[in-house]
Amino acid sequence: MTEMARSVLISGQKERVRRGLDRRLRSERRFRLYGVVAILLAILMLLFLAGTIVSKGYPAFYRTWIEVDVLLDEEMIAPDGKTDPETLREDGDFRGALIESLVAAYRPEGRQQENQLIAMFSTDAERTLQNFTIANPDRIGSTISIRVKAASDIDQLTKGAISRNAPESGRKVTDLQLRWYDRMEKEGRIGTRFNAGFFATGDSREPEQAGIWGAIVGSFLTMLVTLILAFPVGLAAAVYLEEFAPKNRLTDLIEVNINNLAAVPSIVFGLLGLAVFLNFFELPRSAPLVGGMVLALMTLPTIIISGRASLLAVPPSVREAALGLGASRMQVVSHHVLPLAMPGILTGTIIGMARALGETAPLLMIGMVAFIVDIPGGPTDASTVMPVQIYLWADSPERGFVEKTSGAVIVLLVFLVVMNASAVYLRKKFERRW
Amino acid sequence: MENTTASPAMPAEETGAAPDFRVKMKTRNVNVHYAEKHALRDVSLDIGEREVTALIGPSGCGKSTFLRCLNRMNDTIDICRVTGVLELDGQDIYDAGVDVVQLRASIGMVFQKPNPFPKSIFDNVAYGPRVHGLFSNKSDLEEVVVQSLRKAGLFDEVKDRLGDPGTSLSGGQQQRLCIARAIAVGPEVILMDEPCSSLDPIATARIEELIDELRQNFTIVIVTHSMQQAARVSQKTAFFHLGDLIEQGETPQIFTNPRHEKTQGYITGRFG
Ligand SMILES: Nc1ncnc2c1ncn2[C@@H]1O[C@H](COP(=O)(O)OP(=O)(O)O)[C@@H](O)[C@H]1O
Ligand SMILES: [Mg+2]
Repeated sequence: MTEMARSVLISGQKERVRRGLDRRLRSERRFRLYGVVAILLAILMLLFLAGTIVSKGYPAFYRTWIEVDVLLDEEMIAPDGKTDPETLREDGDFRGALIESLVAAYRPEGRQQENQLIAMFSTDAERTLQNFTIANPDRIGSTISIRVKAASDIDQLTKGAISRNAPESGRKVTDLQLRWYDRMEKEGRIGTRFNAGFFATGDSREPEQAGIWGAIVGSFLTMLVTLILAFPVGLAAAVYLEEFAPKNRLTDLIEVNINNLAAVPSIVFGLLGLAVFLNFFELPRSAPLVGGMVLALMTLPTIIISGRASLLAVPPSVREAALGLGASRMQVVSHHVLPLAMPGILTGTIIGMARALGETAPLLMIGMVAFIVDIPGGPTDASTVMPVQIYLWADSPERGFVEKTSGAVIVLLVFLVVMNASAVYLRKKFERRW
Repeated sequence: MENTTASPAMPAEETGAAPDFRVKMKTRNVNVHYAEKHALRDVSLDIGEREVTALIGPSGCGKSTFLRCLNRMNDTIDICRVTGVLELDGQDIYDAGVDVVQLRASIGMVFQKPNPFPKSIFDNVAYGPRVHGLFSNKSDLEEVVVQSLRKAGLFDEVKDRLGDPGTSLSGGQQQRLCIARAIAVGPEVILMDEPCSSLDPIATARIEELIDELRQNFTIVIVTHSMQQAARVSQKTAFFHLGDLIEQGETPQIFTNPRHEKTQGYITGRFG
């Protein structure tokens, strides 16, 4: 009887467990499904983002050229018969020679049509002609075939960004220009090539001549200043706070403040930079030096916090072992704790730097938003940085700057990915087991 | 002068102990506070030279705390306050003039969990000598490392792979590596805090054998939670309970004829 009761009880219990198990398995499956859906969604978003940026930005990496036949008219280019580079550069009227040949070939009627014809070419074309002539002075007097940069609107036409079907008044290219364009195309005078200039020149008012190199150099100099200032200071602060400082009210206060600083909006650091570095210390405006100092202030809390976390993660047994052998506290830190914490500290630093690299707001406050054509030669030269350049281009009305904006975003993203990848690599390389 | 004669605080039997008994470390009225917590109360204990003193007692009774007072490892804990007299060879180790670095060179320590550095076996043992600059050239250093590994009974097992990471060894080997590392500095006293608690019985037996050999050259203080171990390796035993030193004496006497009923209760397993 009791035996039976027990077996009934057990089978009832089993039944309950089985039913409960079904429910548990179902909820686990459901949970996993949610996870997979969330990840798929994230990947989709990422692909969408990358897709739009790349499809909008890749045209920035090639440009349109037009081949023109130009008579290097001696009268205009070298009126005194002197063909040394200096004279050619100073006195040669290459623009005149170019226009003369173009007019002869395409026969515009009247001043207005002539201007339309000339407007199809970049203002850079005469420089191309000049450079060619300086390199080949023996060709003066003969007719040469040379490829020159097309104007931005023609470039956009080639890339399909300007529609032929729109009414003439609503498009940047006139009907006449279209006719000339079609003729050039038929004659095989139009083509595209890799836009090396995008990576070699600074900003410009003409979209077809604007490049990102000035901003890349500016960003590099700014990051260099940031790293030089923020890394040693941040490291020293983290080591001191974590390994040496007594735990008391004062250090608690400092810790709270560092955590707060990490959450301060970046523009506040920009205001600080403006008030202190520019107005009080009168450091140069728009300079990577000041930008780097501002970004260093912004990055410091990140480095300190991640540094402390990495130091804290080093097992105390390592410290005890070294202390027990008679190592001084400094030796414990420099021989054991720091090497073990380094991968984490470096990762934190690089991630902080990556954030600084993409930062715009504080730099606007210290004048790095100016239009600067020249490539900066040092940290005190006026310059801009990549995100600010993107901001500037995005703000420009010309059609040609749309692709530049996305192209610059691609370049910036490549830099960020490289930095994050190097953080992962460093972590893997220096990670040691204990 | 108290180096050669047993102190008055020692039990009567102790004064008549073996004639070569010499006090290596002397502690009197040691009190330890962690912030408000009174972790050790008036502990007075003599540690004899070239013998093994075992500290036993239920966990949390202050054994590790006392051990860590002996090489001032407690200095690293901000909230820890130590008072009382602690002497090494008659020299106050908490004296302002004492350099902890030097003190720890003469009092080595082995921890509960084997904690080799994440470096090669060689570098692990060489670390102490390097820090203290105990050698004049490379072959000297190699000699020190080999000798230390020999004394720790590890050399034959690792002689072909001194470049391997110390963490690649088994738990028992790692603990012997830690002992070799401590020996390499040339200490006079070695403190061991439950050195076998994470080891299997075979590795434990090896360490116990080793402790018995090391007794020839070193003064050893060992904390253990195993009474069998205390009985096997030690000559003197001290029983702690809730921060008090309840009883101390010759190991056989403590285990066969404890004077205090708490000691009796602990070694017969009635609490612990
Ligand atoms: N770093 C510390 N901070 C605060 N209290 C501690 C610390 N270390 C030990 N204690 C306290 O001191 C008492 C004795 O600890 P311990 O010496 O580790 O005991 P045992 O080694 O005998 O198990 C315990 O109550 C413990 O909670
Ligand atoms: Mg303990």
